[in-house]
Amino acid sequence: MSQYGIDLLALLPELIVVVTACLVIALDPITPASRRDLLAWLSLGALALCLGLTIGQIGQLNIRVSAFSDLVVVDAYARFWKVLLYSVTGLTILLSLPYLKAENIHLGEYYGFILLALSGMLVMVSGADLLTIYLGTELMSISLYVMTGLNRAKPRSLEAAAKYFVLGAFSSGILLYGISLLYGMAGSTKLASIATAIGTSGTDSPLLLIATGLVAVGFAFKLAAVPFHMWTPDVYQGAPTSVTAFMAVAAKSAGFAAFMRVFVEGLGGLKAEWSLLFLLIALVTLILGNVVAIVQTNIKRMLAYSSIAHAGYALIGFVAAGRAAGASGGTPGLASVMIYLALYAFMTLGAFAVIGMLRKDGVEGEEIEDFTGLAKHQPLAAFLMLVFMVSLAGIPPTAGFIGKFYVFMAAVESGLTWLAALALIFAAVSAYYYMRVVMVMYMREPDPSSVAPRLVTSPALSIVLACAVAGVILFGLFPNAIVSFALQSVLTLK
Amino acid sequence: MYFVTESSARWIALAATLADLAVALPLWWLFDPQTSQMQFTEHAAWITAPPIYYSLGLDGISLPLVLMTAGIMPLCVLASWTAITTRVQSFMAMLLIMETAMVGVFVALDFVLFYVFWEAMLIPMYLLIGVWGGPNRLYAAIKFFLYTLAGSVLLLVAIFALYFYGGHTFDILALSQGTYPASLQMWLFLAFFAAFAVKVPMFPFHTWLPDAHVEAPTAGSVILASILLKMGTYGFLRFSLPMLPDASRAFTPMMVALSIAAIVYGAYMALAQVDLKKLIAYSSVSHMGFVTLGLFVLNQQGIEGAILQMVNHGITTGALFLCVGIIYERTHSRLIADNIGLASPMPQYATLLVIFALSSLGLPGTNSFVGEFLVLVGTFLWSKVATAFASLGIILAAAYILWMVQRVVFGVPSPHHLPKLKDLNDRELAMLVPLALLVFWIGLFPNPLVSKMHQSVNHTIASMSRTKVAPTAQPSASVAIPLLADSGAPPKIEELSR
Repeated sequence: MSQYGIDLLALLPELIVVVTACLVIALDPITPASRRDLLAWLSLGALALCLGLTIGQIGQLNIRVSAFSDLVVVDAYARFWKVLLYSVTGLTILLSLPYLKAENIHLGEYYGFILLALSGMLVMVSGADLLTIYLGTELMSISLYVMTGLNRAKPRSLEAAAKYFVLGAFSSGILLYGISLLYGMAGSTKLASIATAIGTSGTDSPLLLIATGLVAVGFAFKLAAVPFHMWTPDVYQGAPTSVTAFMAVAAKSAGFAAFMRVFVEGLGGLKAEWSLLFLLIALVTLILGNVVAIVQTNIKRMLAYSSIAHAGYALIGFVAAGRAAGASGGTPGLASVMIYLALYAFMTLGAFAVIGMLRKDGVEGEEIEDFTGLAKHQPLAAFLMLVFMVSLAGIPPTAGFIGKFYVFMAAVESGLTWLAALALIFAAVSAYYYMRVVMVMYMREPDPSSVAPRLVTSPALSIVLACAVAGVILFGLFPNAIVSFALQSVLTLK
Repeated sequence: MYFVTESSARWIALAATLADLAVALPLWWLFDPQTSQMQFTEHAAWITAPPIYYSLGLDGISLPLVLMTAGIMPLCVLASWTAITTRVQSFMAMLLIMETAMVGVFVALDFVLFYVFWEAMLIPMYLLIGVWGGPNRLYAAIKFFLYTLAGSVLLLVAIFALYFYGGHTFDILALSQGTYPASLQMWLFLAFFAAFAVKVPMFPFHTWLPDAHVEAPTAGSVILASILLKMGTYGFLRFSLPMLPDASRAFTPMMVALSIAAIVYGAYMALAQVDLKKLIAYSSVSHMGFVTLGLFVLNQQGIEGAILQMVNHGITTGALFLCVGIIYERTHSRLIADNIGLASPMPQYATLLVIFALSSLGLPGTNSFVGEFLVLVGTFLWSKVATAFASLGIILAAAYILWMVQRVVFGVPSPHHLPKLKDLNDRELAMLVPLALLVFWIGLFPNPLVSKMHQSVNHTIASMSRTKVAPTAQPSASVAIPLLADSGAPPKIEELSR
């Protein structure tokens, strides 16, 4: 098999996604408005195909196949993230179908952009070269900028898109600057070469430290870590809810995937330095995210701050990997981040699905007050929201507890017991604002004069909710599948 | 749950809890009191990395608590028969979920499994208080939830620390035999304390209890008082004492002081209450002070008295809350002032109320006397001064109980009450009479129950004297553990109760 053939096969699923995206965008003008669903089903079909291809791509778990002259790597680590991303994108498309119709923004290009964002994420996850990762990041970000502003009738949506674009462009510029400094130091942007260069030249070069800091800042923006989180509440609140769900789960996961690869494979020699940096970032992230979420009245904004806090918890797992002793000591920490984000996907998708389908007075119900008395009118939806809120708070026996279990166990194993204790206390604090939603749904009587909240239901939405709640409960009770998948997949990350 | 009607939900819940009791009762006869090994064990792999097992077992310490849980739950279902009118199906579902979690806590032999069950009952309890509770239920429910959760998360950190120091195992029995450095034990003890002390509740972490008890529906109050509080003391007995013996010995003066503070403070607060439920809630604080006192004097009498008191308090205070629930259903007021002189319109009720009240104050012949006596004997072996202060609690208990009984049962009733109050119906009799029988049975014949605890308690005490890893300073003179220093056999419980 020629090198060219290997290259193509390695990226075959991504190629299919890109081709489908272009196909969707091309077919959109000629599709009548009533048949736009077909574009969604086309995307879903392509996703299912690619999921199957990706799973079958790797026979044994410890192979790394490099393609395109080492720009891209296909290994078990990338496969874990790709499986997660395909599933999340599929569920998001299902969740978008009824939502976009209800909001009157059912544009066929939406599906094209979701697929383009996904392809950017896939490239980020498999990138073994800083510029490839940057390329993927940009493709994902630009698609997300457009999707954020999709609701042209709502000024908030346009404002969110503008903010996201400006801040995102800045952070991409900073990231690129850091990459260029690393190139200057190492002579190549490949992660392996950078690692070699650090190994030979030592870790106390100021150029290296500055470059690491800049790259960290660039990634921290994507992960919504404090103090680079300012865009998150406005963008999450303003974007259409299905886009918010996609951003909160998929963009964050892809960001973490690329970020871990860069800092472990490329900048692994600087462990001592960046683990201290990320320790501080994780600390302020989880403190600020949890504390500010308490005062929010808009549920999408509250979930934005909670998403910041969850990024903080995941970063703790990463810091534990950096602080761990020994060559393979970082495995529990890295695997814990993967487990955490995979389980976080279920709860967040579910929560946003419920939010997306709530309608008050014909308008989307975004305030927490709009959920008042939901248990009386729509007991099933209220129960599902209860499960998701409890899981986000990290209370057994849900998936949220399992995620936190592994992250904090990795932290204690690396000697960061104080950090685990502090983070757990803030997790207890976070229970307040999650339980506030439960309280409003179950324990407040709805105002009799106001209109009861209505739900926009559809079979597609039911599938998403069923998958989400099944994931939360089943993985909370029997987490073995995800845990072993993550532990096996992390081995290829050197 | 959503597919059954309201009345069938009640019957299904009753059938389920009775079935649980039917399964639990044979344990009483099948249990072998001659050994301290875990019996009726179950062991299955649950999570592979790290190795966590679905591991269950019973010994002399958990047996009485499991039986008490299984016995109280049908009574809770009966108590809610007419009291709960909205969303009955969800209410019964919450009760059943709680029973699962509570029994799970008492029989779990894997630390993570224990933690999962421990936390799992937070949400059903929060919903029980918050949805079906009294006027101030939102405040009470979230206070209970956040307070208990904050303590529990520190327990999780301690579990991880113990895993890495205890040889990469979560198995409770294995961890109970390990030896750990004294400084680690101090931190772990404090972390365990955070979780268990809030649950018990020990002074000064008791402030959630009066609110939660007052606002909860009757069944919720009964579950809270009878079972949830015991989870905290069970935690001390199962984890702090065997796993951290040096820290337990070192912290004994503090724990005894806090217990006595709870006894006296709880009693004084109870004396000042005008709300019946709040009075009983504070009396719970006081009674649980006796339990923790018995645990931390670290001798056989103390610990057996403590376990016995756990069961007794569950029976007595559970019964008292059931009584308050009955009268609340009739007069719709929990204030003492609104419930005066019930002896003439409701003689059966008055009789049972007086029985449970006398049990609560520890009258000889009732169950609490045996428990409190054993605890005080144990405390006497540790320190005479402490015993004197603890006995103050009994005097104060007599004060608040008898004063309450004098007004509620024997006061002069207001004229408009008399013709309208109906005496107990069959369902209410079915709830209270078994508890009254238990009060007298344990009070007059405590040995069958206490003898089942001997082996496990002695095993716990013996395991506390295993070799320390790092030699610490000698324990202070007042922390005498005469039983371990004695070469002679400890006085038999049978001789004490004759």
